[in-house]
Amino acid sequence: MEQYLSLFIRAVFIENMALAFFLGMCTFLAISKKVQAAIGLGIAVIVVLTITVPVNNLIYNYLLADGALAWAGLPDVDLSFLGLLSYIGVIAAIVQIMEMFLDKYVPVLYNALGVFLPLITVNCAILGAALFMVERDYTFGESVVFGAGAGVGWALAIVALAGIREKLKYSDVPDGLQGLGITFITVGLMSLGFMSFGGMNL
Amino acid sequence: MGLRKILDGVEHHFEEGGRFKQWYPLYEAVDTIFYSPSSVTRSTAHVRDGVDLKRIMITVWFATFPAMFYGMYNLGFQANDILAATGGSVDGWRGSLIAAFGGYDASSLWDCFFFGALYFLPIYATTFLVGGFWEVLFAMKRGHEVNEGFFVTSILFALICPPDVPLWQVALGISFGVVIGKEVFGGTGKNFLNPALTGRAFLYFAYPAQMSGDGVWTAVDGYTGATPLSIVASDGISGLAQEQITWMQAFVGNIHGSIGETSTLAILIGGAVLMLMRIASWRIVAGVFLGMVALSSLFNLIGSETNPMFNMPFYWHLVVGGFAFGMMFMATDPVSAAYTNTGKFAYGILIGVMCVLIRVVNPAFPEGIMLAILFANLFAPLMDHFVIQSNIKRRLARV
Repeated sequence: MEQYLSLFIRAVFIENMALAFFLGMCTFLAISKKVQAAIGLGIAVIVVLTITVPVNNLIYNYLLADGALAWAGLPDVDLSFLGLLSYIGVIAAIVQIMEMFLDKYVPVLYNALGVFLPLITVNCAILGAALFMVERDYTFGESVVFGAGAGVGWALAIVALAGIREKLKYSDVPDGLQGLGITFITVGLMSLGFMSFGGMNL
Repeated sequence: MGLRKILDGVEHHFEEGGRFKQWYPLYEAVDTIFYSPSSVTRSTAHVRDGVDLKRIMITVWFATFPAMFYGMYNLGFQANDILAATGGSVDGWRGSLIAAFGGYDASSLWDCFFFGALYFLPIYATTFLVGGFWEVLFAMKRGHEVNEGFFVTSILFALICPPDVPLWQVALGISFGVVIGKEVFGGTGKNFLNPALTGRAFLYFAYPAQMSGDGVWTAVDGYTGATPLSIVASDGISGLAQEQITWMQAFVGNIHGSIGETSTLAILIGGAVLMLMRIASWRIVAGVFLGMVALSSLFNLIGSETNPMFNMPFYWHLVVGGFAFGMMFMATDPVSAAYTNTGKFAYGILIGVMCVLIRVVNPAFPEGIMLAILFANLFAPLMDHFVIQSNIKRRLARV
C-alpha cells in the first residue's frame, strides 16, 4: 500500500508530466486560457490515462514483450517492436469508445468535455505515460496507480497555468512576447517552482 | 527649496519635445523620491487614502532595516569569532580597510559591524545598480515609471544572499529576477512570482556550489560551518546542543546563515511594523505559521528512526533558516500572493506546509521556504479563482 502511495505522489509531483518532462505541451499551452476549460481537459486526461496505461500494460505483458506469447505456445516470439503502434491504436480506440459511451449515457459530461476528448488522442503525455510504464516495468497494479498519478499531475499543472494566465490578462507584456511567448516563459517559471520536489526520495 | 528649483529648472528638457525626453522616467524617479508627485487619480472610482504604492514600498524597505543592520553585525561577529580562533585575517581591499578603520575584535560592536558592512554593502550596491539599470531601461523603452517596488526587491534579494557570494552572480541573479521575473510581464504589480525569490532560486539551481553547502555562510575563506538546519538534518536536535546553539541564540540570530535571515527577533520587529500598518497581510502570516506548526507537529507524532528532521519541533523550525524572513517579507508580497481573504489563508497554509515538507522529506534541499513560496505563488491565482467562484455561487443562491 505504501509503495502505491509513494508511486502516486512521485507521479503527481516529482515526475510531473507537464512540468518535469514537458510532455503534452501542445494541449497544455493551447487549452489553458480559461480555468473552467482547463479543469474539463484535466479530468479527461485523468480518466484516459487511468484506463489506457493499465490496458497497455496488459497488452505489453501478454502479447508484445519478449516471451509474452508463451501462453499461446510461441515462447520465442518478441513483438515489442510493435509497441508504439499498438499503444497509439489502443489509446485512439479507447478514447473513441469512451466518447461514444459518454455521449450515450452521461451526456452532461460529454458536452462539458466537448472537443477535448478527441484532442487527447494525440496528447503526448498519454503516449509518454504508456512508454514510461514499459520502460520502468510496472506491474498491473502499479500501472493503474501510475496512470492516475500522471493524469492528476498533468491536470494540476494545466489548471494552475490557466489560473496564472487568467491573472496575466491584466499584465502588460511586450509586443514580441504576447500570446505563446509569455506562456512559454510562464511555464518555465512554473517548472522552477516545481523544482521544490526534485530530489525527493520516496 | 534649492533642490525643487533645480528639478523644476531642468524639467522641460525631459518633457515631450525636450532634449532628453527618453530619460523622463529617470527624472521622474529622482523627483518623486524627494517630493510627492502632484498628479492625482482622474478617473471616477478610486479610494482616498494617504497610503500609495510609493509609501507602501518605502515602508517595507525600512521594515527590513532591523534585520539588515543586525545581519551586518552578525556577519562580522561570526567571521571575527572564527578569525580570533584561527588567528587569520582578511586579504585584499577589505583587509586594508579593516586595518585602517576597524579591527578583528569580536567583542567590539564597531569592528563586527564594519566587517559585515564591507561584505553586505558591495552585494547590495551590485544588486541596486544592476537591477536598477534593467528597471530604468525597461521604463524608458516601455514608457512606464520607475517604481519604488524595486527598492524592496533589491533589499530582499541582497538580504537572502549568502555572505560569500561572488558579485557577478549577484548581478546575474538580480538581472534574471527583475527581467524574467517581473519586467517581461510589464513591471511592478503584473508579475506572478516574487522577483527577488525568482532571482535567488535561479542562482540556487545554476550555481549550487556558491549558494548552498556548508562553506558559504561565513565570510571567512576556507571555513566550513554548517547552518543549524544542516546540523539537525545530520545529527538531530541533540546535534544543536553539541554545537552549543540554544533556541534563544537562534531566535536572536547569533548563528550562521544568509545575511538578513539569521535574526528572527529583528525580522519579527520589522514584520510587526508591516502588519500594524496593514501592509503585510496578517492572514498570510498566520496561515504560514499555522501550516508550519500543523505539519511539523504531525511529523513529530509520526517520528522516524532514520530521518532526524522528523523530530524537529515547530519552535525550532521558526527560528532557523529563512522561515521567519520568508514568512514576514516574501510570502506577504501583495503582488504574488492571493488577493482574496480566504485565499490568503489557503496560500499561507500551503507555504507553511510546503516549507516543512521540503525541509523534512526532501534530502536535496536543506532549506525549503524559498521554493515553498515560489510553489504557492503558482497556485495563488487558482485559489482566488475558486474563492470568487464560490462567492458568486453563494450570492446567486440568494437572488
